[in-house]
Amino acid sequence: MPLEPVVLFFVLGLAAGLARADLKLPTALYDTLSIYLLLAIGLKGGVELARHPLIDVLPQAAAAVAVALIIPLAAFAVLRRLGHFSRADAASIAAHYGSVSVVTFAVGTSYLTRLAVPYEGYMVAFLALLEFPALLLGVVLARRSAAEARNGQGALGNRELLREVFLGKSVFLLVGGLLIGAYAGADGIKSISPLFVDPFKGVLALFLLEMGLVAAGRLGDLRRVGIFLLSFALITPLVAGTLGAVTGWAIGLSIGGTTLLAILYASASYIAAPAAMRTAVPEANPALSIGASLGVTFPFNLLVGIPLYHWLAVSLHTLGAAS
Amino acid sequence: MTTGKRKLLTVICEARLERRLTTDIMKLGAHGYTVSEARGQGSRGVRNAAWEASANIRLEVVCESAVAERIAAHLQAHYYDNYAMILYSSDVDVLRPEKF
Repeated sequence: MPLEPVVLFFVLGLAAGLARADLKLPTALYDTLSIYLLLAIGLKGGVELARHPLIDVLPQAAAAVAVALIIPLAAFAVLRRLGHFSRADAASIAAHYGSVSVVTFAVGTSYLTRLAVPYEGYMVAFLALLEFPALLLGVVLARRSAAEARNGQGALGNRELLREVFLGKSVFLLVGGLLIGAYAGADGIKSISPLFVDPFKGVLALFLLEMGLVAAGRLGDLRRVGIFLLSFALITPLVAGTLGAVTGWAIGLSIGGTTLLAILYASASYIAAPAAMRTAVPEANPALSIGASLGVTFPFNLLVGIPLYHWLAVSLHTLGAAS
Repeated sequence: MTTGKRKLLTVICEARLERRLTTDIMKLGAHGYTVSEARGQGSRGVRNAAWEASANIRLEVVCESAVAERIAAHLQAHYYDNYAMILYSSDVDVLRPEKF
């Protein structure tokens, strides 16, 4: 299976970073591109969401979110018991893996589009819904007891925490884009689609170039994180992706939708989670969680995971149809 | 020209802390501050501002020495353990000392 062209931009960025090429994208560009991607993905999903009655989508979404909570809980247990990580580090890494990566999802949709595999456009709503529960759960796991979390005696008051999670750039813009898209509908966003729809893949490519550079910078962390976390960062997406594929198939998604749910479950956050964890669980070492999610899991999902989850979705649906 | 002695407190830290720090220092009695973006390297690795998680800021406050001490003690107590942060102070001559 040939690689997605946008993924090659990631590889280019990675190569530039590793070879120490004279390439640095300005921070302002990173900010601009990420804002653009979040809004564009939200808008597109909102338009699709408006086409489906909420009553059909809600039970599916609730099931997908509920099953997804298994991922951070299992990850936390594995990291604590087998990896002997501190409570804060285990909770922070679990939150990264429980939450989702918007960019991995975007590459997944672009992969499916190229193969002409249709998918439920409202999957973007799943993306938005899957992003924050794991972050809240991560904070609860990090604090010694649920009572402490309720009293807000951690580093951060509960109000600050909720602000961090819900008013963080990624949840806020994604949900904002969804609402605008759902309100405006396909005709309504026609006037802005030359900016938000047509150049999407080009912008995604630029963003991936930047992420390649950043990921190359995190590879140094990996030498410090050790073999356990490295294996964790490779095995978790496979297990979580399988869980996602089975869940997507069970709740009646199409092959495309099943693939995307598997991608969402398998992906680890590196925009929302680092921001929320740095503020809410400051004692966790960000080199561990970001090194694993951005240095290992993100490239793994782009290069190997996405085609694999698609294959898994196809197999499940074929088996399901045969039985 | 009438000048007065004041302290210049410079904090270099993770950009993520900007909103919390600026709220804190205004509560602790500073009359204002200046924030600029910064890059560098220290005990917590290279902070090259390639993306938001590795961005630094430089926060400067000109204030009376009692306020500078309060701010320094507060930052040390609340942020030093878990965040990339350094802080230093120096004496400066300012015009219009009543402003600070």
